[in-house]
Amino acid sequence: MIPGAFDYHRPTSVNEAALLLRQLGEDARPLAGGHSLIALMKLRLAMPEHLVDLSGVDGLKGVRREGDDLVIGAMTTQHDIIHDAMLAESLPILRETANQIADPQVRYRGTIGGNVANGDPGNDMPAVMQCLDARFRIASPDGEREISARDFYHGAFDTELHRGDIVTEIRIKAPPRGHGYAYEKMKRKTGDYATAAAAVILTLEGGRCARASVALTNVADTPLWAEEASKILAGSDLGKETLDRAAAAAEAITNPASDLHGPAEFRAKMAGVMLRRAVMRAQARAKA
Amino acid sequence: MSVQTVESERAARAEKLEGLGCKRKRVEDIRFTQGRGNYVDDLKLPAMVFGDFVRSPHAHARILRIDASRAKALPGVLAVLTAADLKPLGLHYMPTLAGDVQAVLAEDKVLFQNQEVAFVIAEDRYVAADAAELVEVDYEPLACIVDPFKSLDPDAPVLREDIKDKMEAAHGPRKHPNHIFEWSVGDKQATDEAFEKAEVTIKELIVDHRTHPAPLETCQCVASMDKIKGELTLWGTFQAPHVIRTVVSLISGLPEHKIHVIAPDIGGGFGNKVGAYSGYVCSVVGSIVLGRPVKWVEDRMENLSTTSFARDYHMTTELAATGDGRLTAMRVHVIADHGAFDACAAPTKFPAGFFNICTGSYDIPTAFCSVDGVYTNKATGGVAYRCSFRVTEAAFAIERAMDVLAQKLAMDPVELRMKNFIRPEQFPYQSALGWEYDSGDYHTAMRKAAAAVGYEKLRAEQKEKRDAFLRGETREIMGIGVSFFTEIVGAGPSKNCDILGIAMFDSAEIRVHPTGAVIARMGTKSQGQGHETTYAQIIATELGIPADNIMIEEGDTDTAPYGLGTYGSRSTPTAGAATAVAARKIRQKAQMIAAHMLEVHEGDLEWDIDRFRVKGLPEKFKTMKDIAWAAYHDLPPNMEPGLEAVNYYDPPNMTFPFGAYICVMDIDVDTGVAKVRRFYALDDCGTRINPMIIEGQIHGGLTEAFACAMGQEIRYDEHGNVLGASFMDFFLPTAVETPVWETDYTVTPSPHHPIGAKGVGESPHVGGAPCFSNAVNDAYAFLNAGHIQMPHDAWRLWQVGERLGLHH
Ligand SMILES: Cc1cc2nc3c(=O)[nH]c(=O)nc-3n(C[C@H](O)[C@H](O)[C@H](O)COP(=O)(O)OP(=O)(O)OC[C@H]3O[C@@H](n4cnc5c(N)ncnc54)[C@H](O)[C@@H]3O)c2cc1C
Repeated sequence: MIPGAFDYHRPTSVNEAALLLRQLGEDARPLAGGHSLIALMKLRLAMPEHLVDLSGVDGLKGVRREGDDLVIGAMTTQHDIIHDAMLAESLPILRETANQIADPQVRYRGTIGGNVANGDPGNDMPAVMQCLDARFRIASPDGEREISARDFYHGAFDTELHRGDIVTEIRIKAPPRGHGYAYEKMKRKTGDYATAAAAVILTLEGGRCARASVALTNVADTPLWAEEASKILAGSDLGKETLDRAAAAAEAITNPASDLHGPAEFRAKMAGVMLRRAVMRAQARAKA
Repeated sequence: MSVQTVESERAARAEKLEGLGCKRKRVEDIRFTQGRGNYVDDLKLPAMVFGDFVRSPHAHARILRIDASRAKALPGVLAVLTAADLKPLGLHYMPTLAGDVQAVLAEDKVLFQNQEVAFVIAEDRYVAADAAELVEVDYEPLACIVDPFKSLDPDAPVLREDIKDKMEAAHGPRKHPNHIFEWSVGDKQATDEAFEKAEVTIKELIVDHRTHPAPLETCQCVASMDKIKGELTLWGTFQAPHVIRTVVSLISGLPEHKIHVIAPDIGGGFGNKVGAYSGYVCSVVGSIVLGRPVKWVEDRMENLSTTSFARDYHMTTELAATGDGRLTAMRVHVIADHGAFDACAAPTKFPAGFFNICTGSYDIPTAFCSVDGVYTNKATGGVAYRCSFRVTEAAFAIERAMDVLAQKLAMDPVELRMKNFIRPEQFPYQSALGWEYDSGDYHTAMRKAAAAVGYEKLRAEQKEKRDAFLRGETREIMGIGVSFFTEIVGAGPSKNCDILGIAMFDSAEIRVHPTGAVIARMGTKSQGQGHETTYAQIIATELGIPADNIMIEEGDTDTAPYGLGTYGSRSTPTAGAATAVAARKIRQKAQMIAAHMLEVHEGDLEWDIDRFRVKGLPEKFKTMKDIAWAAYHDLPPNMEPGLEAVNYYDPPNMTFPFGAYICVMDIDVDTGVAKVRRFYALDDCGTRINPMIIEGQIHGGLTEAFACAMGQEIRYDEHGNVLGASFMDFFLPTAVETPVWETDYTVTPSPHHPIGAKGVGESPHVGGAPCFSNAVNDAYAFLNAGHIQMPHDAWRLWQVGERLGLHH
């Protein structure tokens, strides 16, 4: 539980941080809330020689609206997400998700940028970002770019981020007013990562499901956008038979690990159960 | 004064004492809740250095080579100890409480994952951790044994080469190199005959799985050798500091009076902090070698994966009964997985603890139980995790078996229990397996519990829910768990209980100062149980001195009288008794002094709450405070001055607390998630010293029982890799997961204890685990699920649903 030696840097601008990271090379890591990174360091599963702390960097915090987009600064904490009025109004699924992450102490420090950049399949926000079709804005010494959450994750701790890259903000096109949403997470206890979880956003029109998007957490080495399941739900009556088919489609794309949360077949099935429950809750919340 | 005013005046005086029965607030909480506790890791000594272990990545492997040169070259590293360094001192092995030896540092083989291989000492913790990574160890992995049922296979790999030819060990003959002991109690022949004749029998392999006590403060120590004085001071998280001092003296050869063992505040023990660990020995050796204080602090993973697991009892349990449900016999055989060394903490003559309490609360005429202890490639221990020695296991076996029998007989589990309880008039009751139960009124407790929860109504509701489930209207099933336990605590009488030859008495030393303030010291050691509060209450009532004027001290072997420590709910039955007896000695002397002061005969005085008064002349009295002053200046002729007493209490018997628990549980069949809707716990611990502390103990014990039953475990994979030894995986419920506990009580005092108290800290754990498990089993019973093994985490219950074809 004692980390290896490291140097600590505290830049004040995105540019400076990106340059530092590029200069310091492979052994440097950005530090946000530290609630994934420092834990890995204490276990010596990560031994970075340099930490580049982003908490002194200007302009990475807060939520704002830009046209149809909601823009969330990478260093916005889970706690801030839970208490942000604009998000509560337009993107309540974020609050529902953040409330199921860890515990209040972790949420005071843990950031949304760290959560999506981390690349741990156990993180909850990545699937929600895929469900919402969010885009991550990335700064590097070479300039800025945007990547869709659905294209960002390649494997466990393997993402689109390269040396010198910093996620600066997350951009989400707000779903229509009256949309239904739910993040259904099965976990063993407070502070635990998901056994399986499902994020659902849907809209109803005349009692039927007009549009739907589903994504899954911790049932593969990346978050999973369940495209097929989403298609099955869209245009349907959300009846039992549809849910059966959507759950089966979702279960089919999972490839969970067997661990202390349970064997793989159980976790795959739980992805389906979480999906059904998320859809039913989203449906009940949606205004037709 | 009217009778009424006299009585209210007396009541006011009694209340002021905050003695027996008072919900006195815990005095230790003033410092604990303000972060002012003083724990081992708070200790900082000049020139103190830090130790850290190099541990084995393998479960079973030969050590080919250890090269510490790179570690030693790291600036700040002072020493790297290996078995080769300890061997010349005879310290590479240490004795265990169970009569085995345990490697302090592995010599030529490692026998479990994370076993201690080398001890690095450095100027600070960071350097020590870095250096531990630089010690190079070459291993040749060997085939390992994880399943205890395979330990005694003829072709099983031999684990303990150090004792491979020693076929006669501490507990008699061994039948295989991986066998530790066979222990049996009862009349085998009569039991076998009863089973042959029985109208109904059941037989079930009931497993109480491996878990860990997991106190929030891990094991730790600071060893400081003063080479000039030749004295060693050892601060540590010790539940039994005096025993540790004796053990240190025996294995180090240092004279016992030159060893000072101090246990400061302890952040929970639950059995984890009874034994002696490699970290203590290495710190002591390190301090002797370096002449500097050495601190060793376990991290969480080390704690969960090395120091003292609990349980791992595989109990083939059989009951025989008549067709109408009267028990006629019980037979149990246990395979006990002790890991790589037998470091089970129990009285030395009891290799399976008090497992022979397994006949429980029932009048079973004949019984036989036998236990085979075996070695496996797992961590050592077998400690009493919030219970008296192996009592949780025993209670689990009988209480689960009772439900299995009830189901076979199509009888209600409460009815089956009521029919077989030991009757009040049978106490003191001789059990078939050799215990004398001191007192009990089981029927009253069970009836009260059933009435309190509305048992009949719950069964009616359950029936409706079951029908609804079968009709496909709900995916939730309901279970009602019943358990009725009898604990055996307060080890123990010298006639059968000792640890390494030291009888398991305990002690109290009370001194009343001239102003009537008291200091009292005991041989026990609180780890959060609230001794500073409750012992003072006993003295308050016995001596009529307000509890607030009484200071309790424990844990320093220089000042406290010798005692065997705190575990197995023994403090109140032993040191609590010693406290009352010592206080009574003081009161006797006080009576003589009062008689002298009042110029009457001793026999003319009577005790009245806080004073002696002249019989018939209540206005002529001397308070204890007055007497205390006189004890130091106005004594009867020829009387020794002062007012103090010591008692070493050798209990005549154990005490037998009991209780009736009922749990209502709802289980989501599709996820296997179980929710405790209601939990009612009725405890009878005899005289209740502090009802609030009792309630706190019950809450804590139930929470740990809930954890064990519903998912807490230490698991190993087939290669002997320990899984889940961190709080990310190990199920430690938070306030969110913890059910609401309803507590209740009856009072059946212990007839042989000076104040009738029995001990309560562990009852809820013992009674809780079977209650949760019975609730789960009861939920699935109508689907003919058969016995469902603990732990009942979601995936395992989901698998039950799969097996029964419930998921469509
Ligand atoms: C007890 C506990 C329970 C937890 N339970 C959950 C849970 O249930 N669900 C869940 O989702 N999470 C959980 N977490 C993790 C927590 O949410 C973390 O806060 C989060 O994963 C990472 O965010 P952070 O701000 O702490 O990032 P850090 O730990 O500082 O960083 C994480 C990784 O992301 C990189 N990084 C951080 N910010 C950026 C950036 N802006 N640009 C590029 N790279 C960046 C870092 O270099 C590092 O590799 C838990 C943590 C703990 C301690």
